[in-house]
Amino acid sequence: MPAVPTVEATMLGKLDWSAIPLDQPIPLAAGGVVLLVILGVLAWVVVKGHLPYLWHEWITSVDHKRIGVMYILLASVMLLRGGSDAIMMRIQQAIAYQSQGYLPPEHYNQIFSAHGTIMIFFVAMPFVIGLMNLVVPLQLGVRDVAFPTLNSVGFWLTATGALLVNLSLVIGEFARTGWLAFPPLSELSYSPGVGVDYYAWSLQISGVGTLVAGINLVTTVLKLRTKGMNYLRMPMFCWTTLASNLLIVAAFPILTATLAMLLLDRYLGFHFFTNEAGGNVMMFMNLIWAWGHPEVYILVLPAFGVYSEVVSTFSSKPLFGYRSMVLATMAICIISFMVWLHHFFTMGAGPDVNAIFGIASMIIAVPTGVKIYNWLFTMYGGRIRFATPMLWSVGFMVTFIIGGLTGVLVAVPPADFMLHNSMFLVAHFHNVIIGGVLFAAFAGFEYWFPKAFGFRLDERWGKVGFWFTFVGFWVTFMPLYIAGMLGMTRRMQHYDVAEWRPWMLVAAFGMLLLTIGVLAQVTQIVVSIRNREALRDRTGDPWDGRSLEWATSSPPPVFNFAFDPDVRGEDAYWALKHHAKQQQLEDHSGPEYQDIEMPKNSPTGFVCAFFATVMGFALIWHIWWMVILGGVGAFATFVVFAWRDHDEYVIPAAEVERIDRINIEERRNLVSLAGTL
Amino acid sequence: MTMTATLGHAHADPHHIGRATEHPGPAPKRIVTAYGFWVFLLSDIVMFSCFFAAYAVLVDQTAGGPKGSEIFEQRNVAIETVCLLLSSFTCGMAGIAADVRNRLWFYLAMAVTCVLGLIFLAIEFKEFADLVARGYGPSRSAFLTAFFSLVGCHGLHVSAGVLWLLTMMAQVFAKGFRADVLRRMMCFALFWHALDIIWVGVFSVVYLLGGGA
Repeated sequence: MPAVPTVEATMLGKLDWSAIPLDQPIPLAAGGVVLLVILGVLAWVVVKGHLPYLWHEWITSVDHKRIGVMYILLASVMLLRGGSDAIMMRIQQAIAYQSQGYLPPEHYNQIFSAHGTIMIFFVAMPFVIGLMNLVVPLQLGVRDVAFPTLNSVGFWLTATGALLVNLSLVIGEFARTGWLAFPPLSELSYSPGVGVDYYAWSLQISGVGTLVAGINLVTTVLKLRTKGMNYLRMPMFCWTTLASNLLIVAAFPILTATLAMLLLDRYLGFHFFTNEAGGNVMMFMNLIWAWGHPEVYILVLPAFGVYSEVVSTFSSKPLFGYRSMVLATMAICIISFMVWLHHFFTMGAGPDVNAIFGIASMIIAVPTGVKIYNWLFTMYGGRIRFATPMLWSVGFMVTFIIGGLTGVLVAVPPADFMLHNSMFLVAHFHNVIIGGVLFAAFAGFEYWFPKAFGFRLDERWGKVGFWFTFVGFWVTFMPLYIAGMLGMTRRMQHYDVAEWRPWMLVAAFGMLLLTIGVLAQVTQIVVSIRNREALRDRTGDPWDGRSLEWATSSPPPVFNFAFDPDVRGEDAYWALKHHAKQQQLEDHSGPEYQDIEMPKNSPTGFVCAFFATVMGFALIWHIWWMVILGGVGAFATFVVFAWRDHDEYVIPAAEVERIDRINIEERRNLVSLAGTL
Repeated sequence: MTMTATLGHAHADPHHIGRATEHPGPAPKRIVTAYGFWVFLLSDIVMFSCFFAAYAVLVDQTAGGPKGSEIFEQRNVAIETVCLLLSSFTCGMAGIAADVRNRLWFYLAMAVTCVLGLIFLAIEFKEFADLVARGYGPSRSAFLTAFFSLVGCHGLHVSAGVLWLLTMMAQVFAKGFRADVLRRMMCFALFWHALDIIWVGVFSVVYLLGGGA
């Protein structure tokens, strides 16, 4: 480092041509393809003249439904990226027996780090937050979330994080430290490159977005419920949303603080986690897992909510043991903060501490078991329809139980000493995250897709997708349990043990099935869009649903409900519907239609995220003037937003009436049609 | 309640849970905003608690450098504390002035709050600068790392608060006491008071506990 910085160093920081990995064909080609796709889509949008539509209706939208859809779109695209990483790793381990394979170690390390980071932060998180955004206000019977513009800011900051992670493909490198960047490996002395900085800054920025989403949804559930929607009348998905977002609010600040400490170590020579000057590495372990374990439940609780909705709807029965389900959810919410140490039993906490955390970890299986039994009893005696969402739910129950049981197994400290850091653990957490969260994401996607877009998804391709994914999952991950038992540790770039080889080959074959499953789901979307007229959902209630989101049209009007629904019990819409059937769907003779005020769209989120991207990139590459520019820009954006004089617009009563009448007419046709059958 | 409503009620609520209190519907905007901001403040306090925890873990790791009692100047800290506590009072005055729509008192109280905040920041900045000049910067030891981070994190919050304060004054100047401006003012007051509470923690844990032998 020269004492006086040169002009280049002042203007560009650490950035120079060596940041472009010209010698590494794989990331360069991957980055090139992504860039081509992005440019192609952009060109198509501009040429076709869709840009104004995209800007006014989506990018600047503060409508919770649109933001939910965008979250899910982001998650789906990132699923393809994270999935590609997975395919590369499975192929590497299948061929790297007594050889180097095709991925050099430094690249392989980046891939498994990126795979974990992307799948948790930019697939699972945006997918569940997207579903919650889309559905929860509808289920609560309200017009929007508590803070619509902040909601947009939250989404775009998450997208910023995803963008920065992908940027690391072509400019610089990603972390080689694993998805939680444990020090001292992640400290500057052992990871001098920009990889960890990409990791940390993208998580800091998207973490702010997640926190905003969490605050928003907690406030929405607690303070914005329609008339009569008492706590114990809320659909189960709202309860799990509440629990999950309480965890976000309580846990994500820990991640922010921990990463801030790591960054201070790296940027300013602090000694939080260094080996020198009294730094304490174990403090990082405790802090990161104090966030990391609740994070698991942040993801899986909404998943449980999706299953509750789906199982109840497709069994045509109220959810069995509703109140025990509420209790189990909140119990998991609390206990999830008391088990973090089981992630490092082997790191010297001693038998007493290990025993306490081992027992706590086993206790958390109890409320989870309660839930499983509740779903089974909901199905018992019901008229079950095995539509695609239901298939995912039943597939989940079978799969998740195995994952849960292996979880209880590694919660026993002596067993954990054997299995720690082995492929057994890798199999376990994929078992619960794919079997729990991803299956729920797909179930929720299939279930609420008609609500979001007004037409159903093709059932045949959906079932093909389910079966390939389901079987593919088992074929991929069961061998990893066995490999772990045979002593194979995780994150191996190559190995020489002959016994592991066959299992790696089986797992690679399973990955092929999983890939076909994903392709089938992509096909399903394409086919469904083509046949959308045949699959049209005219009534807004395609599954004979039970909660309020089915009480409005598909897609719902921007104001969701013409009248605030008046809730009188659990399964609010089911009661309304049966009441209406008895009453022969009486006309709305009661209240008059009224003007509705809705929040105006705002580019605040997008502009703010633009400046956050600039700032994040500048921080990663030490381009200090650009950091200041980004910071000032973000602040200015908020001030401009705060200076607006009109933040709402009015939908006139006549327009509300026109939109509502169409839906009522469709529903009446359906009821009279059912009457003639 | 009409007849049908009661019937429907009895039918759809087998546990009679809804009987005691009927939820009246969405809360007004003012409540929603303040509630959301409270939730944010709680999350902010969780973040501070991490820095407190880090301080507690690292406080004895002086690595041959100075201990807390060797570098803390109680007199300055006392002045800082008085400034911050007084600023909470004036911030409360500003809130009352906003409620009764009195511009003069509002500007006055906010200006005093701002000055007190700036004095606090100036003293803290000087404390930090002196330590760095004596070679006791945050890189010296894990203890100093934790000290600078915890106190500095609070200082950064106060700086952000001052920026927010000035923005609020400009907003009232440009827009008057509009409903949304008043809601923001309420959030700002909550923020400022929360920083006070955190300072009480910093003062006790860092300067009082560390100041003695």
